[in-house]
Amino acid sequence: MSRHKNIRNLDPYAELDDFDGEGYDDISESDERRLKEGLTQVRGTLGRAGISATDKEIEESLWYYYFDVSKTVNYILSLHTPAKKPKKRPQSQFTQKDQKGAPTAAQAKAFSEPSPDDIVMAAQSGSKGLNNAKKKTEKPVEKMEAAVQAVAIDNAPVKARKRIDVLEEFKKTKTKENANFVVIGHVDAGKSTLMGRLLYDCGVIDERTIQKFKVEAEKIGKSSFHFAWVLDQTNEERSRGVTMDIATNHFSTASTNFTILDAPGHRDFVPNMIAGASQADFAVLVLDASTGAFESGFQNNGQTREHTLLARAIGVSRIIVAVNKLDAVNWNHDRYIEITQQMGHFLSNAGFSSNSLSFVPCSGLTGANIVHDARDKLPWYSGPTLLQTLESSKPRSRAINSPLRITISDVFRGGIQNPVSVSGRIEAGSLQIADALLTLPSRESATAKDIEINEQSSEWAVAGHNVTLHLSGIDIIHLKPGDVICSPDSPIVPLNCFDLKILSFETITPMLVGIHRGRLNASGRVISLLESMDKATGKTLKKKPRHIAPGMLARIRVEVTLGAGIPVEKGNKLVLRLGGKTVAAGVVE
Amino acid sequence: MRLIKKSIERDMSGSVTLYPEEPEDMWHAFNLIRPNDIVRAPAIRRVTTESRTGSTNSQRVHTTLTVSVRKIDFDAQAGQLHINGQVTEENKIVSVGAFHTLDLELHRNFTLIKSEWDSVTLGVVKEACDAGDRAEIGAVVLQEGFANVCFITEYMTVLRQRIEVPVPRKRVGSTTSYEKGLQKFYDVVYQSITRHFDFSALKVILLASPGFVADGLKDYIFLTAVQTDYKPILHSKKKFVTVHCSTGHIHSLNEVLKSPEVAATLANTKFAKETKAMEAFFEMMEKDEFKAWYGPKEVERAVDKGAVGTLLVSNSLFRSDNVAERRKYVRMVEEVEKGGGTSLVLSSIHESGIRLDGLGGIAAILTFPLHDLDESDTEEEGGEVEGEKGKLEEKVVA
Repeated sequence: MSRHKNIRNLDPYAELDDFDGEGYDDISESDERRLKEGLTQVRGTLGRAGISATDKEIEESLWYYYFDVSKTVNYILSLHTPAKKPKKRPQSQFTQKDQKGAPTAAQAKAFSEPSPDDIVMAAQSGSKGLNNAKKKTEKPVEKMEAAVQAVAIDNAPVKARKRIDVLEEFKKTKTKENANFVVIGHVDAGKSTLMGRLLYDCGVIDERTIQKFKVEAEKIGKSSFHFAWVLDQTNEERSRGVTMDIATNHFSTASTNFTILDAPGHRDFVPNMIAGASQADFAVLVLDASTGAFESGFQNNGQTREHTLLARAIGVSRIIVAVNKLDAVNWNHDRYIEITQQMGHFLSNAGFSSNSLSFVPCSGLTGANIVHDARDKLPWYSGPTLLQTLESSKPRSRAINSPLRITISDVFRGGIQNPVSVSGRIEAGSLQIADALLTLPSRESATAKDIEINEQSSEWAVAGHNVTLHLSGIDIIHLKPGDVICSPDSPIVPLNCFDLKILSFETITPMLVGIHRGRLNASGRVISLLESMDKATGKTLKKKPRHIAPGMLARIRVEVTLGAGIPVEKGNKLVLRLGGKTVAAGVVE
Repeated sequence: MRLIKKSIERDMSGSVTLYPEEPEDMWHAFNLIRPNDIVRAPAIRRVTTESRTGSTNSQRVHTTLTVSVRKIDFDAQAGQLHINGQVTEENKIVSVGAFHTLDLELHRNFTLIKSEWDSVTLGVVKEACDAGDRAEIGAVVLQEGFANVCFITEYMTVLRQRIEVPVPRKRVGSTTSYEKGLQKFYDVVYQSITRHFDFSALKVILLASPGFVADGLKDYIFLTAVQTDYKPILHSKKKFVTVHCSTGHIHSLNEVLKSPEVAATLANTKFAKETKAMEAFFEMMEKDEFKAWYGPKEVERAVDKGAVGTLLVSNSLFRSDNVAERRKYVRMVEEVEKGGGTSLVLSSIHESGIRLDGLGGIAAILTFPLHDLDESDTEEEGGEVEGEKGKLEEKVVA
């Protein structure tokens, strides 16, 4: 999509390009064959019912339901039953897909048909979001002073810096709240499926895509994975049925723009989970309620435990516990209570205060109590749905006034126009287009050519936003995930050796460790143990201890073994891992 | 290495003549030769002669030189040993006292004269000349985006190449850049191993990674080898083993070497034993902290009390320039063996040796628990650790 953005920048009339959907190629031969087959089947069924529909109608709906004959028949029936007047489908949602999608779809605009309520809702809220975004970008333009400085850069023309008072602007704009949340939990707890369902029920994913995934997933014998495929997009993730890397997705409700960071649950990919959690405002912990599964995720090596402790160590203080797969235990109330009691106890021990905790029973596969409540299945539950709980969660406070810090989570080629793009969360400060930036530890300077928030171009961004930056004046080899972008006036000094105040999870001796912070993954070494401390008072228990037992508070000195140091500063939260286990979490002193 | 001649007197002074055969022997030589020893070896020296008219003429002359060692330097990457010292025996070309840097060469005898041969150094000579079956392993430790290509022999782990290729993450709507990046990464690793590994000489080629990267790489290697008809790889297909480890950093080799798949094939090799011993030490530390001690002071006390069951010493300690200190460690090793314990000298350029060096180069598993070995003079010990660190810095960078 980003490519289209820039074409638009060049050509003001090319706005329509923006609606050019991706992934809908011309109709393939096999699709055409299936369309024909479906057509005859539907015709047969309809003929028996005594209803005549045009070929076009049938083909249309077959395409929409991804060749699902029974759904198509139901739909056509409802269309031709006069008692139930179909609602008009909003066009903006559908036309974009059909333009390319089916050759038969030329008349789709004039086509009226009913659709499940959620789709209509979603389309409406989607278009609302679009309008809002437009307003947001126009506003600063009105306020703006005349463009003054043209910045000369070597490889690309950059728009003049508009000298927006970003802080002022941020206070003024009453746009929707932005909230990022990370989804954590043990492997196979159903994190991706739950999020896929949430996106589907919010209308971000349309019926056709889900039906397509369903058919394809059945083909490789993973029929219950179709919702997870919304987020698990690489071939490997799909064929193995395991999320491997953070998937980022957006959706919006009336009050908030949400960014989902779907973390992998497999223990090998905990570093990726750390990257996701460091971008999040709060966490959704997904628990598998089925018999034995909750317990195994909660055992010593289970990721329910490790993820929760990590999220807390990274600074996530609010947590929503989604008790998932309740359909597998027959919506049993006792099971739900048992799990909430155990978890509540564990979470308060881990340092989450009781008012920052919420429990929501749900089922990702059936969709119960996610967007729509499920009183029929959960008569014993009267609280909010998962979506309502998400909406009531306020993001953590943001250091807008501090100097700029962005931890890069991905470096990629944004397209022909943007050879160097990075994405990451603004941890502190603010920036606007044409700001000068400094990357660390490479110490190269760059200029922000364009800023995107949730795939929408923006003039500025502040702390808390997950942004995509298109840079100019820098080569891609100077950037890698885990690097930090900061303002040139107050840079970070990359450190080679630093002291950490840690909470240990395993026994610590002087040893080699992996240092993690966001995407940063460096190899380091604990060179000395300075002191162990009392957990309650912070007083020194023993100077230069021989080793630190699990669960202790201590100060240690860590050295980076490779390269020119890592970009960390006082107050940064780091995680130390060794041999697939988190050994400690700490704060740089 | 072959032992050509050994003549050691009653007072333990004497000379040993050795014939190095493979690069690893340079590492043994590095552990044998100490400052103030005398080395006689073939050398190439540039000789400048000045004629009566004042014109100069320089020539490279092959000769045999005897030097008293001042400084010694090992390059693990190239497998070269540089010995710097002063000439002690005059010949036609050089006079006594002139400086020369000897580069020891393979397949040329050298003679080492020491005023005192201790049991540990003699042990090194014996080990070096032991022509057992040598296990040489190629290993690639990797994760998405970076890889370490290394070469493991009985006594050394040599990092051949560090590879970093940025792999873009998956993004909404498109995974092509991710898949392309991954393919490119595999390709770079493939190129690297074909350049660095001699597939016929290696016993095993380990591909270790978290997740599924190693499997992906293995598939890629064979696919490419079939496509390009690259015989060396196709013939040694059975040697490729994928192992699970938790990160792509080189310290994950510890995990790789103790994994059951590897342990089964390499059970009797020295590094497998070393890895196992380090593991046992850390296990003991967690189980009963008073039976596992590390650091020179503490271990020395434990040795004096006759409590040491297994002594682990890094050979970096025996390379100390300080004779008294070297003697101290030799005494500790002898003491433990006399008392029926076992002592292991770990190679400091193996991963397990690096781990041990992190603990001050010496550790011990005791037969009975001892409390408070570190109680007195905690302050003094701090200085000791610092000194230890300084010494480690002179340690070769593998």
